[in-house]
Amino acid sequence: MTLLAVEDLVVRYPVPRGLVGTLARRPRLDVHAVDGVTLDVGSGELVALVGESGCGKTTTAQTVLRLVDPVSGTVRFQGSDITQLGPSALRPLRRRMQIVYQDPYESLDPRLRVRAAVEEPLVIHRLGSRAERAERVRDALARVELSPPELFLDRYPHELSGGQRQRVAIAAALVLEPELLVADEPVSMLDVSVRAGILQLLDSLRAGGLGILMITHDLSTAARFADRICVMYLGRIVEEGPASEVVENPQHPYTRALLSVVPSRDPRRRRRPQILRGEAPDATRIPSGCRFHPRCPIAIEICPQVDPQLERPAAARSPEHRAACVRA
Amino acid sequence: MSTLLQVEDLHVWFELPDGGELHAVQGLSLGVGTGERVGLVGESGCGKTTTALAIMGLLPPTASASGRVLLDGKDVLAGGEATIRPRRWVDVAIVFQGAMNALNPVRTVGSQIVEALELHGRARGGAARARAAQLLESVGIPAARAKRYPHELSGGMRQRAAIAMALSCNPRVLIADEPTTALDVMVQAQILELLDALCRDFGLALILVTHDLPVVAQLCDAAAVMYAGEIVERGPVDALYHDPRHPYTRLLFAATADLDGRDAPVVSIPGAPPRLDRELVGCPFSPRCDRRFDPCGTLRPALRALDDGHAAACHLNGVGG
Repeated sequence: MTLLAVEDLVVRYPVPRGLVGTLARRPRLDVHAVDGVTLDVGSGELVALVGESGCGKTTTAQTVLRLVDPVSGTVRFQGSDITQLGPSALRPLRRRMQIVYQDPYESLDPRLRVRAAVEEPLVIHRLGSRAERAERVRDALARVELSPPELFLDRYPHELSGGQRQRVAIAAALVLEPELLVADEPVSMLDVSVRAGILQLLDSLRAGGLGILMITHDLSTAARFADRICVMYLGRIVEEGPASEVVENPQHPYTRALLSVVPSRDPRRRRRPQILRGEAPDATRIPSGCRFHPRCPIAIEICPQVDPQLERPAAARSPEHRAACVRA
Repeated sequence: MSTLLQVEDLHVWFELPDGGELHAVQGLSLGVGTGERVGLVGESGCGKTTTALAIMGLLPPTASASGRVLLDGKDVLAGGEATIRPRRWVDVAIVFQGAMNALNPVRTVGSQIVEALELHGRARGGAARARAAQLLESVGIPAARAKRYPHELSGGMRQRAAIAMALSCNPRVLIADEPTTALDVMVQAQILELLDALCRDFGLALILVTHDLPVVAQLCDAAAVMYAGEIVERGPVDALYHDPRHPYTRLLFAATADLDGRDAPVVSIPGAPPRLDRELVGCPFSPRCDRRFDPCGTLRPALRALDDGHAAACHLNGVGG
């Protein structure tokens, strides 16, 4: 059974009109943050949700965790529909799905020692006796390779490096022994030399059975560490498939463009970057037909009329590869 | 060709609140010629931004500096503000990471560029407005947007506006400090393309300060890798990638995920950089180095020339302080 199954998720935020706008009866506008996203994460699987800022990847993750309410669509966790659950029904679920944020300088309370920061979720969920909690805190620190735990328990966040802070944040998520972990840009604020360590840690947690939904804008990281990649554009997944397939055999022109602008570390490999002009339109005005058509280098006549669905492209080598493009 | 901008033996110290001193830049030398693109690469705290600020004469009052910053062979740092002020923005300009912070939020981008032109006596009134429009066009902003406020522009457009402002006095050297770090990949590609065109079309010399090695590998001719306040290796980018002579350079490349060679392991470098508020003994990188041997713990290696503009500070190339 799939750990997490999201189906046709739609999330909108109203744009405030202000008093003048309301009196002038300006039309109500909505930000179509997530506009029909279908997505699975299995146990022991790392799925990367890739896209530029404003594409809806973070909103998708927040909705999965029920931190944001969807307009429509369903979120199933281990087969049961959690889309409509109220706060009290959600509480026991919360500890089974946890999140790690981008910036460990922001996400850790500067006044809490490592011990208290990692123990806090257990206290909130009223789990275990004092001694049991202490044991679980030590276990969690060991799992994130902050060992021996004694060396870290009494430190404050400012006494730790960026990589160590992110490990503490991950320990605080793991202490509840969740089945699903959402990692929102887990390494983008960290120095290059410690990024790999955090990603390898996530990889080993995945190998231990944790399902991970990783949000990232970095295709090279996704290519290296994800089992599957979902590429988002303006609230939709426009391409998805096994990571190697999406990277080696991209079928959607947006994915191709994104891949082409990833700089190579080898100066001899100068890619021919296919630079898209302008920036993604704002999500209050989704273009007609294919939402990518105004920036698409290969758009044809029907693209402004037809809203393409995710389908298996003719050139796909994997049955799980899907792209939303009439030309794929 | 004489070097346009040459930094020689730059040291920067910061006074700490507890009375101590932090030796942020420890004897750095770096040169850039007309139209040349040099990357200054390193992780947070290595001193790369401090170096950039020192070149601009923009260090905060808590900092003190020594060494020479030569522009066309003349030292602009020695005379303090009096000698550097006439050269700042005119010969050397800088663009910072957060363009929002570099722009005044309550003035339109056009009027800010006009102000820069008038302050430096480059143009006045209508001529200044025309020049501002031309500058904005040259960085890919339609002149009609000169009347926009910074918050009305996207992040990429703001960074372009900041570049236009930096170029207002036709500088010969542009220092770009993490110009694309806060931007999305596609916008990053647009800004890099712009910087590339500015160097090619106007012979602008570029010092690109960044933690992002792939960006340097693609955009720059040469690069200097900084660690703990000093340059540990410099040379043509091709040599740095294909023939690194300092373990830090090699490991930093290996720590970078790359679309090519996805199956190669991505390494992390254990440990952390040394504190710079105390005297460093031996090679600053040795505690984290996978190739350290006897002299590394006691003797600090000097940056030594190897070949073809390639230099490294590592005892593996011959022991020597």
